[in-house]
Amino acid sequence: MSGYDIERLSRLIGMLPPAPAAWTRAARELPRARRELDGIVERAEADAEFRRALIADLESALRAEGVEPTTWPLLDELRRRVT
Amino acid sequence: MEAARNAREAAPRSPAALSTELSDARLVALCRGGDEEAWSTLVERFSRYVYAIAVQAFRLPAHDAEDVFQEVFARVFERLDTLREDEAVRPWIAQLTRRLCIDRLRAGSREVVADTEQLLDAPDEDVLAQIEEAFDVHDALAGLPEHCREILDRFFARDESYRAIGEALELPAGTIASRISRCLDKLRQVFEGRNEPGTASREQVK
Repeated sequence: MSGYDIERLSRLIGMLPPAPAAWTRAARELPRARRELDGIVERAEADAEFRRALIADLESALRAEGVEPTTWPLLDELRRRVT
Repeated sequence: MEAARNAREAAPRSPAALSTELSDARLVALCRGGDEEAWSTLVERFSRYVYAIAVQAFRLPAHDAEDVFQEVFARVFERLDTLREDEAVRPWIAQLTRRLCIDRLRAGSREVVADTEQLLDAPDEDVLAQIEEAFDVHDALAGLPEHCREILDRFFARDESYRAIGEALELPAGTIASRISRCLDKLRQVFEGRNEPGTASREQVK
């Protein structure tokens, strides 16, 4: 273990800088986003008008539901599931 | 040793405590049970690792690296039930990240001639090996006192200046170099101790 001198440890610490905070935040929010997605899909299945609104303009329909699409990590999956 | 860890794991938890005290296997088990605080800790524990693989080993540009990063954690979240051995979460995440990086490179190089495409797919294996070592060093870092973790991370990983560190931690700039040196020495002791046979990981030192 003598190979782990101070310089080498310093370099290895530096090899793992933090990921951008916004990326990590989006990943941490996956459980909440998953719940929101399931709720939206369920409602789209029960409410034809809501489904039409989602298909016509997904991002505006999400904003109307209080979900910000630009930072929401499951947008592509929702698009696949409602269209 | 295991009893001590179990006792810590049973106590009320803060995110910081979760991040330093839980084994990978225990963390995975908690995530699988729907513990959102544990999920947040898992993301914290592996976010730098995934980021480093995408950006340093595969040299993905930021927008591709971000897509890969989000896809990795989305798949981990969705497929945690399929992981056969909870303690193998790190190699599983590494493999997933590598595969998604390769997919991304191939998707971006469809119009490039075939021999060049092959070159683009290849990660830098030396860098991948160093990232594995770096992860172990950061894991050892988690066993240091908070003030050491903070100062070493700010200086070496976040590339902050003495002045910025001094302001953030309310320390005279003149004392920072000596603190870094002392903390590095502690880290070396912890890291070497962890790599001796029969020594458990994720132990705190004072």
